[in-house]
Amino acid sequence: MTAVEKHDWEVICQRSDLVAGSGVCVLVGSEQVALFYLPGEGPELYALANRDPIGKANVLSRGIVGDINGQLVVASPLYKQHFSLVNGACLEEEGVRVEVYPVQLEGDRVLIGRR
Amino acid sequence: MSKRRIIVVGNGMVGHHFVESLVARGGDYAITILGEEPRPAYDRVHLSDVFAGRSPADLALATRDTYRGWGVDACFGDPVLRIERAGRRVVTENGRVFEYDKLVLATGSYPFVPPVPGADNKRCLTYRTIDDLGEIKANALDSRIGVVVGGGLLGLECGNALRNLGLETHVVEFAPGLMGVQLDDGGSAMLRHKIEALGVQVHTGKNTRNIARGAERALQMEFADGSHLETDMIVFSAGIRPRDNLARDAELAVGERGGIVIDYKCKTTDSDIYAIGECALFGGRIYGLVAPGYRMAEAVAAQLVGEEAQFTGADMSTKLKLLGVDVGSIGDAHGRSAGAMSFVFSDGREACYKRIVTSADGKQLLGAVLVGDCSDYDTLLQYHLNNIELPPDPQGLIVPTVGDRPLLGVGALPATATICSCHNVTKGDVVSALDSGCCSLVEVKGATSASTGCGGCAAMLKNLVEAELLVRGVSVDKSICEHFPYTRQELYHLARIGEVKSFATMLADHGRGRGCDICKPAIGSIMASLWNEHVLDLKHVGLQDTNDTFMANMQKDGTYSVVPRVAGGEITPDKLIVLGEVAKKYDLYTKITGGQRVDLFGARLNDLPAIWEQLVGAGFETGHAYGKALRTVKSCVGSTWCRYGVQDSVAMAIRIEERYKGLRAPHKLKSAVSGCTRECAEAQSKDFGVIATERGWNLYLCGNGGMRPRHADLFATDLDDESLIRYIDRFLMFYIRTADRLQRTSVWMDNLEGGIDYLRQVVIEDSLGIGAELEAQMAHIIGTYQCEWQATLADPEKLKRFRQFVNSDQPDSGVVFVRERQQVRPARAEERLRLISVAK
Ligand code: SRM
Ligand SMILES: Cc1cc2nc3c(=O)[nH]c(=O)nc-3n(C[C@H](O)[C@H](O)[C@H](O)COP(=O)(O)OP(=O)(O)OC[C@H]3O[C@@H](n4cnc5c(N)ncnc54)[C@H](O)[C@@H]3O)c2cc1C
Ligand code: SF4
Ligand code: FES
Repeated sequence: MTAVEKHDWEVICQRSDLVAGSGVCVLVGSEQVALFYLPGEGPELYALANRDPIGKANVLSRGIVGDINGQLVVASPLYKQHFSLVNGACLEEEGVRVEVYPVQLEGDRVLIGRR
Repeated sequence: MSKRRIIVVGNGMVGHHFVESLVARGGDYAITILGEEPRPAYDRVHLSDVFAGRSPADLALATRDTYRGWGVDACFGDPVLRIERAGRRVVTENGRVFEYDKLVLATGSYPFVPPVPGADNKRCLTYRTIDDLGEIKANALDSRIGVVVGGGLLGLECGNALRNLGLETHVVEFAPGLMGVQLDDGGSAMLRHKIEALGVQVHTGKNTRNIARGAERALQMEFADGSHLETDMIVFSAGIRPRDNLARDAELAVGERGGIVIDYKCKTTDSDIYAIGECALFGGRIYGLVAPGYRMAEAVAAQLVGEEAQFTGADMSTKLKLLGVDVGSIGDAHGRSAGAMSFVFSDGREACYKRIVTSADGKQLLGAVLVGDCSDYDTLLQYHLNNIELPPDPQGLIVPTVGDRPLLGVGALPATATICSCHNVTKGDVVSALDSGCCSLVEVKGATSASTGCGGCAAMLKNLVEAELLVRGVSVDKSICEHFPYTRQELYHLARIGEVKSFATMLADHGRGRGCDICKPAIGSIMASLWNEHVLDLKHVGLQDTNDTFMANMQKDGTYSVVPRVAGGEITPDKLIVLGEVAKKYDLYTKITGGQRVDLFGARLNDLPAIWEQLVGAGFETGHAYGKALRTVKSCVGSTWCRYGVQDSVAMAIRIEERYKGLRAPHKLKSAVSGCTRECAEAQSKDFGVIATERGWNLYLCGNGGMRPRHADLFATDLDDESLIRYIDRFLMFYIRTADRLQRTSVWMDNLEGGIDYLRQVVIEDSLGIGAELEAQMAHIIGTYQCEWQATLADPEKLKRFRQFVNSDQPDSGVVFVRERQQVRPARAEERLRLISVAK
């Protein structure tokens, strides 16, 4: 995969830190990154900026994950807008978007890609 | 033959829309975009959102990849310097030369800065581009006061931006009133009043003569009337001027006060050159809004592929929220048309102003002004745009009457009525989208683009789609969400009969997809009502709303509140002291709640376990303030102390609270017990309330405070203790079985066929023969009660979740407190900005 090779990968935590079917938050430099762990079919790990741009608090890792029309999303725990786990776009508010980070699991290690 | 070459100068909103429209129409063209700004087109209309937290990248209308994908060449950061009409080429500042067959000018406009000495100071700014925005932010960092010159639409928006940046904000306007173009005097005065109430200082009738160095602040503005104003920065927003210099130099016709003259085909005086958007002058007028620019863009795109298309002018009505104040202006707002009649409604208390302007015969709506309340805007606009005949007493359209209001339902609109002016979508377009298979608002938006521009038409579009669906007999789908084609009640039965104990099984057996934030908590709650397993058990944890996950209530800044149970509101001095100690140790804001207990706010996620360790150690249990579960049972002091009390209401309240604590339900449950008919515990506003009588207890059911208060119904009288408890057991379990998701008992009762009489049959007479079953189920829940916090503290696996970061012990830097009345509270946006920039 060419997309993967562009990044420098950094270990940020262990698989055991993740909560299946839900999110946790890691600190990467000074950025808060929400990690969502969905074991099963398809990619298992997704990462978005933890900050909810609408509620304006660092809480996205604490939202409920699910899918809306086949799109994987997390619902902000504050005001319940949905953000795509794949591209960070907000489903309710056109144009609102949160940062998406490349992440992968390598054995028990969780890696994040830095540009 | 080679492709025809089209060059578009300017990649603003309209330039982009033109390219998009042309690409969508197909046709064999080589399109080249030449843009001055360093980035592809973005949404200028929502520029101010950046001050409210949106990132500039979010505003992008296109990326370089978008254009590449369309096969369009695009060059940025190199403005066109001149047009050489004879050779049909343009030359850029960097000396590049491009030849065209057709040239489209979409150069927009620039902010007008009045020729005042000192206006070239580097702290004098303008507001039009993303780069300007960066300048404004940078200057605001070391500013305390900011002035906006210009009290028009853009000026006020800019004022709001400065206020959001935490500056003391002033608006200086040359004319006697604000938004003179769109508003009449009355509307303008009301707007001023509302804006001043927000703390923005408005100075009208001020002609700036000079800008000098200030004594205390960086700048001093000197006005013609001799007064002056000191400030740290100034943003000019005193109107726009069309960027017509390319056309002017190429000797195309331009207007006396600027603007490239175009005809109804958007052609300039050279038939190979078009001008569209804010640089164009049509019928002696510059259209300073994006929708008319889009119409011009579409007209040109259509002509280029050989269609007949014209631009014939556009409506300039606008609806906005300026500094949080609703403002609407339609058509002839000033009532300048011959013979026009006006009706004005002004309400000083609610601070709203409305005016409609009608034709002399009162039949046509010529214009309107709305300030403070825009709820009538959609209706009025439709009357205006479609020439719908007004009702005999048109003033009824704006005067708040009790009862009926002659609202113009979407049904009354003709098919030609414009619903979305940004994307020119008519009612007919929406109807045909539905006819061709769209079945929801989202699909209609996708198919027509309606409501994807300024968003002003969202409410009307929603109404229209819903009304049309109803007409088509599309049955209202009662599925709780897209993952389960069942109601909550059906899901409850499926889970109970199938003994389903996990969401995963439920989904595999009865649902599809992965679930969402609607079905997950609903099924989590059903599981809890049925089997009462710990909410943080691994298979349940992902189902819970954040409040349940962390067994605390999330606050606006991402911190949590902690509410220990204080059954019946009775608390020992020792326990009170512990609450005080915990609050002090963790610096928690402390407040007595409306539910007779104490709430501790501002707890950080990672402090929750330690806080609870101490509380549990002192004998406290969780109060379930976070759960759709039993909350509080309030009590009055009752016969023990009160001279009127006839029963021990405190003891009964504690007994009830201890019995049902931890019970999860479709919505929260509240109760109260009063010691006599004076009802000091307000039991009749509770889901189940108890009032003492000489001979026992009266039971009231299905009351509600909150948003839609409902008095509870008297269900049974003079009950002994055991009958009281039995009836409540049965009532609660029957509600849990049959209610909808998030349906309080009050709403459930209002929808229960047969009402309170039917409920009496089920509960008292056991007409369904399920009484014993309901009681047994309640006994199971009571028997399996555990304090969720105590259980969590004993389980390291569950505690793992209470970490702000799984890889660091740092606190969340986004949580910022200030002190007020000796306690903490979350910093407001402007305070945060200041605190964080000081910290840097
Ligand atoms: C803390 C408290 C206000 C206070 O400072 O006094 C409060 C605070 C909240 N209430 Fe309340 N309500 C509080 C007593 C009440 C009362 C009074 C009462 O219970 O006697 C009512 C009206 C009675 C009723 O419910 O019928 C009340 C009616 C509501 C409603 C409207 C419910 C309705 O049916 O209309 C909501 C919204 C909801 O539940 O959907 C709500 C929701 C909330 C939430 C949970 C909103 C939220 O999601 O953030 C608040 C958060 C609590 C927290 O963070 O700790 N709160 N709320 C009170 C906590 C009582 C307690 O000790 O648990
Ligand atoms: C803060 C703000 C809020 C607004 N709010 C609203 C609103 O709520 N509703 C509404 O309808 N309208 C609003 N507007 C107005 C709206 O943004 C404009 O009507 C719209 O952007 C006009 O589009 P345009 O393409 O004609 O001009 P622009 O968007 O200004 O685009 C012109 C582009 O051409 C470029 N250019 C100029 N000269 C050259 C050259 N020689 N060579 C190459 N490129 C050149 C410019 O750099 C610019 O990028 C708002 C504007 C601002 C600034
Ligand atoms: S309800 Fe009755 S007993 Fe209770 S405090 Fe009021 S008067 Fe006293
Ligand atoms: S009117 Fe602006 S999006 Fe519809």
